[in-house]
Amino acid sequence: MTIQSSQTRDTEAPRGPAILLAAIRSVFLRVGVLPFFLVVSLIVFSLISNQFLSIQNLTNVARQSVYLVLVSLGQMLVLITGGFDLSVGTAIAMTSVVSALAMVALAPLMPDMIWLVILLGAGAGLGAALLIGCLNGLGIAQFDVSPFIMTLGVQSVGAGIALFLTGGVPVAGLPYDFGNFFGFGRVLGVPVPVMIALLAIVAIWLVMNRTKLGSHIYAVGGNVRAANLSGVNTKRVLFLAYVLCALLASLAGLLLTARVESGESNLGGTIALESIAACVIGGVSLRGGLGRVENVVLGAFFIVLLKNGMNIAQIGSYMQMVLLGSLLVLAVILDQFRYRMLVGES
Amino acid sequence: MDDTNPPLVEMTQISKEFPGVKALDGVDFMLQRGEVHVLFGENGAGKSTLISVLSGLYRPTSGSLRIDGEEVDLRSVHDAAKHGIGTVFQEFSLIPTLRVFENVYLGRELKRGPLTDRRAMVEGARTLFRDLGFEIDIRRRVSTLSRAEQQMVEIAKVFLAKAQVLILDEPTASLTEKETRKLFAFIAKAKADGVGIIYISHRIQEFREIADNISVLRDGRLIGTVSARDTSEKALVELMTGRAIDQIYPEIGRQSDGRTLMTLRQMHGAGFHGVDIDVRAGEVLGIAGLVGSGKSRIWRSVLGLQPIRSGTVTLNGRDVTHAATRHMLRGGVYYLPPDRKSEGLQLAATARENIKLSLLGRAGMAGRFGFVAPRRIKALADKIGERVGIASGHMGRIVSKLSGGNQQKVLFGKGFGEERDIYIFDEPTVGVDMGTRAALYRLIKEIAEAGKAVVVISSDLPEVMNLAHRLLVFSKGRVSAELTGAEIAEENVLKHFFAETGIQS
Repeated sequence: MTIQSSQTRDTEAPRGPAILLAAIRSVFLRVGVLPFFLVVSLIVFSLISNQFLSIQNLTNVARQSVYLVLVSLGQMLVLITGGFDLSVGTAIAMTSVVSALAMVALAPLMPDMIWLVILLGAGAGLGAALLIGCLNGLGIAQFDVSPFIMTLGVQSVGAGIALFLTGGVPVAGLPYDFGNFFGFGRVLGVPVPVMIALLAIVAIWLVMNRTKLGSHIYAVGGNVRAANLSGVNTKRVLFLAYVLCALLASLAGLLLTARVESGESNLGGTIALESIAACVIGGVSLRGGLGRVENVVLGAFFIVLLKNGMNIAQIGSYMQMVLLGSLLVLAVILDQFRYRMLVGES
Repeated sequence: MDDTNPPLVEMTQISKEFPGVKALDGVDFMLQRGEVHVLFGENGAGKSTLISVLSGLYRPTSGSLRIDGEEVDLRSVHDAAKHGIGTVFQEFSLIPTLRVFENVYLGRELKRGPLTDRRAMVEGARTLFRDLGFEIDIRRRVSTLSRAEQQMVEIAKVFLAKAQVLILDEPTASLTEKETRKLFAFIAKAKADGVGIIYISHRIQEFREIADNISVLRDGRLIGTVSARDTSEKALVELMTGRAIDQIYPEIGRQSDGRTLMTLRQMHGAGFHGVDIDVRAGEVLGIAGLVGSGKSRIWRSVLGLQPIRSGTVTLNGRDVTHAATRHMLRGGVYYLPPDRKSEGLQLAATARENIKLSLLGRAGMAGRFGFVAPRRIKALADKIGERVGIASGHMGRIVSKLSGGNQQKVLFGKGFGEERDIYIFDEPTVGVDMGTRAALYRLIKEIAEAGKAVVVISSDLPEVMNLAHRLLVFSKGRVSAELTGAEIAEENVLKHFFAETGIQS
């Protein structure tokens, strides 16, 4: 009732600026801060350099953003349930180290079946991440540990194991075909990592919009107690969200390993922050219950675009960290406003 | 009655214990097909616990439950739904961020292969709402609906599950007269279809119209089951409280020439529009209204707990419109929040520590060099505990382990830490037993007769009507009536609950 009356007051005299303001408001409510950030960065960077908007550069950005897109999709699942996952970087590192070690160990045993070696190696990597996801899910869903502590703890555990397994030295000597196909290959002219990311996007979109699990994830984040009263198995939903998140991160980890052609325990160091930023900028509410796949993909794309733009503008990587962190906090502040306008006091 | 058919629901000797509390004590309850059975009783009498047992939320400590003659063990709401028990809880089980039809089908999604069939769900929800006569756009998000509309969604959700037992917990509490009519029409229809209905309400005047039988609960025990047709309202109230009405509410003396201590002028904010109120010394000002009428929120904004859009608040002649909460408290205002667990008490601290917290700023409590003087504070805290009637053995116990009544006494005690001029009690006796209520009312009487200003905001209509010298009724964020003396009567107040426009004062 209040909202209605204040709206009519705002739009009593439909002057130019007022209409613009109303349009901005409605875009903000529907999508979040992303369109505004995107427009500002496009303008700024294209003014700084005319290479920025070139097709070649944008294709490049698209290929680089594959990894962040995958992790952000997973991060989105847990954010919508009302939690978050700080251990996505660890899932990547574990995947990288375990899959590389497995491939290096298996390759001499069956030199004629190199694709089987790759398959088993990838399976081992996914299995390692599955373990991380189950650990998170168990702690958070079954034992009610706060997602912050649980994933922070698991992050340290996983990073420690990855370092222990490798002694901190990159695992070299991966099968040539692994890097050649999953890192640099193309199918129908489309880079393989981009292809895989596209498939993952479609799959997660279907899960969130067209399956029971998806609606239950939204429901758990919107109001756990109400979801429980509606007969939703909330523990199972939470558990699955963390498992899926770890598996998506693991997929990104495999593709990254193929790209760098070695198993590295320091892969994914900054990805937790970046994926949360991508989601929040893409309109996923930190309070849970709200968020759309397509906007998260754009959010991840935006972060990579921003880093690319900053590289072109010759902003050093230390300064980039400062900017990225600030942007995350700003996006969260704006998200609070949005949530209040959307759900808040009427 | 047909002897060959077992009753739809038969609960035998149901008991439910929580740590330290016996919420249900050997209750027998029976429901037939096509029967509307009212559960009646005070807050905390065990009504909610009883329906929680039947709807699978709680498992009873002892006792047996039969549905259609078959003994069942309900482990979850889902389980209960499978046995055809549908509950519309007072606290809605809706997800605000989801759309109406998604909420209706939550937990029962229609599927086509591995995917959910959204089109079928939209169609199904539309048909359901049309059959029920609810005019709500099923694609709207639940957060944008009014409370009454949310309740309709909640009811629709239960009807979708083809319930044979329908439990309605205070369904009319937030409905307008017209919406209530509609609800009663459904109840009649559902009854004719053989659905058994358990109906919880405080509104005695509704019973004769819809109910067949009334079971009265008090302190977790079944006092009796009576026929709705031949039991008078007065008899019901006496069954419920176990005593005559005039023994509960004290006669409070009114100071006729009380100074105006606080004024609110043309207050606008989230939930209230253009409200003027004077708060006078030596008078109990009652505030009544439905949930969401703004009756509570206006005081929260006076206290600086939510923003004021425009308007002025003065306290003893000083403008304190946007003053911070701590300044209002220091200025002599006490505010008793409606939810003692989330806002009122330090749950992990003892009763004494809770009261001590309110004493730290008091003059004369500081020892040498401004440090606190522990012994002096403890002595005063114990004195306050005694005044509000907390047994001395309870003062050292952790507050969350005390009963609701004792917790509320601690909360009252915090108000006596410093000398205050204005006491604002928001839901002063929610979830408190009858004996404690009478004690708390006596405290309110003492405060008012000592010349303080008292504001009582309450959803409990008899409470606010019996305590108030002057009663303001809130409706849709405005004051819809100001009643004094003999004007304070139930039908008068209810009439103004749904008023569309405010009066001019």
